Amino acid sequence: MKKKTKYIPVPSRAILPDRDFDREPVLECVNLGITLGGIKAVDNFNLTVGRTEIVGLIGPNGAGKTTVFNLLTKVYQPTKGTILLNGQDTHGLNTMQINKAGIARTFQNIRLFKNLSVVDNVKAAMNNEMKYNMLSAILRLPNYRREEVAAHRRALKLLSIFDMQDIADVRAGSLPYGAQRRLEIVRALATNPSLLLLDEPAAGMNPSETADLMDNIRKVHDMFQIAIILIEHDMSLVMNICDGICVLNFGQVIAKGTPEDIQANPAVIEAYLGRKKEEA
Amino acid sequence: MTMRRLINLKRVEARRIYLTYFIVILAYIICQTMSSTKFLSSTMRGMLVPICAYMVMAVSLNLVVGISGELSLGHAGFMSVGAFSGVASAILMQNLIPFAPVRLALAMIIAAIFAAVAGFLIGIPVLRLKGDYLAIVTLAFGEIIKSLLNNFYLGVDSGGIHFSMLSDTTRLLPGGKLIIRGPMGISGIQKISTFPAGFILVMIALMVVFNLVNSRSGRAFMAIRDDRIAAESIGLDITKYKMMAFVTSAALAGAAGALFAMNYSTIVANKFDFNTSILILVFVVLGGQGNMLGSIIAAAALTILPEKLREFSDYRMLLYAIILIITMLGTNNSEIRSFFAKLNPFKRKEEAE
Repeated sequence: MKKKTKYIPVPSRAILPDRDFDREPVLECVNLGITLGGIKAVDNFNLTVGRTEIVGLIGPNGAGKTTVFNLLTKVYQPTKGTILLNGQDTHGLNTMQINKAGIARTFQNIRLFKNLSVVDNVKAAMNNEMKYNMLSAILRLPNYRREEVAAHRRALKLLSIFDMQDIADVRAGSLPYGAQRRLEIVRALATNPSLLLLDEPAAGMNPSETADLMDNIRKVHDMFQIAIILIEHDMSLVMNICDGICVLNFGQVIAKGTPEDIQANPAVIEAYLGRKKEEA
Repeated sequence: MTMRRLINLKRVEARRIYLTYFIVILAYIICQTMSSTKFLSSTMRGMLVPICAYMVMAVSLNLVVGISGELSLGHAGFMSVGAFSGVASAILMQNLIPFAPVRLALAMIIAAIFAAVAGFLIGIPVLRLKGDYLAIVTLAFGEIIKSLLNNFYLGVDSGGIHFSMLSDTTRLLPGGKLIIRGPMGISGIQKISTFPAGFILVMIALMVVFNLVNSRSGRAFMAIRDDRIAAESIGLDITKYKMMAFVTSAALAGAAGALFAMNYSTIVANKFDFNTSILILVFVVLGGQGNMLGSIIAAAALTILPEKLREFSDYRMLLYAIILIITMLGTNNSEIRSFFAKLNPFKRKEEAE
């Protein structure tokens, strides 16, 4: 399958799907950088992500991919550069406010609320859309019941995307690995993001699970019409579902383009496989 | 499918909540009939109200330690704030409201408000810390509250309420009455706390905690406890929810303090020291973190136990410690636990995981 992609003249040479033309990009990073312990973990990172684009962020281990995610979600405050989310500068926001502004993420090492049930993990993420206060919770006033029932329904609906509605009352920590990964994605989606960050969603999965995951990511993307950035080492996954790919090495962007461009790019091949002996 | 064997949390939790209410009501009915038929010794009768107060303390501390996941070592501080504000307001209201149960209820509400304010003020600096640091700072604040109350003088006369610190400089008009007398505390308290009032307070505490835990706030507390970074990433306001748990817990502790104090004729600030905080923490740890029924049973058992061991005179506290150690080891031993799980016909299926 071949997706129609075009270059449009934005500073970072984003690859935007046709439907994203004339629409404001969801995310723009301009000269983003951070110094951690004297090392430039990420430097001069420029990226523009369209409304419905799926972007792959790849690179060797230690290239700074997860650091980029931590910068986007303000786990680290960038030491230089700007992040524009839906056209708004995110300077000074914290992780919580970033989520409210529309970025949700999953983690490389799964971070579920292990002692909560599956459905409560999802409902915890819908906390900000429920409005009842502590008093109506303690006295079980009608608005508590109304909002809880609505939230429960929506949580089950979200879980049903990944066929998890039947295990809604199971403790999240006792789920098998693949289901935990899927639950993390559902939890992120429950916060109504406009940009979803997936940190190695296929890590530790076998090829058939990875294929399922690929379908699921595409399904989520089509259903919610959101932008997705994913970090992944599984090249079949990245090359198959991404509209654009950005390659990082030593904190620097070394290549950017469509999957076809990246596969042919000598700098990328060098970063992954090393240089030929005589050139080194 | 393998999923069938996984524990259904919703069912387990719902059952545990109803079981807790049921056991508390049953225990109340049994104790009430026993005490009205003079079946209960007078020492035991005198302990019913303190047991209720300790149960509320344990449940409220469990909200912070078990549900919210922060170790607090200054819980007795909130109890003493509640005790002093509750008793003082009860004395002030003595002529205004002659009916004792109403006065007790109002005093407990005032005590809860004062303790909640104290919890909020202490929470502002304390909740910025994590783990061990938070525990040590709460310990310090518990001691600060004790020292403040040890040096606090409050009196009332025709001109209104007067207070002073360090020494009695309230200069009351003739006919005025000094209520809180620094290290001497409050004396001449009318014993208006009753066992039914204690029972109602335990039920209210359970209702508040259970209903809070099963709401969006409770999910947020537990989410933050389980993974702070993930909780932030889904937009939960960490400080707000930690504060909510802390203040709720302090308010319940304050009401329990008022109930506790009005069971005695004299109350001093030194009663609510570090040892009391630790005792309450022992109830929580022994009963199981996050397990309200466990906290209640532990509070009752560990309050009665020293009395029952009185016949061993000098070896009383030694035996108490040994029993505590054995119980702790026993409840944390997986083999003993699975043995008890086998005995329980309801649990057998769900423990199969």
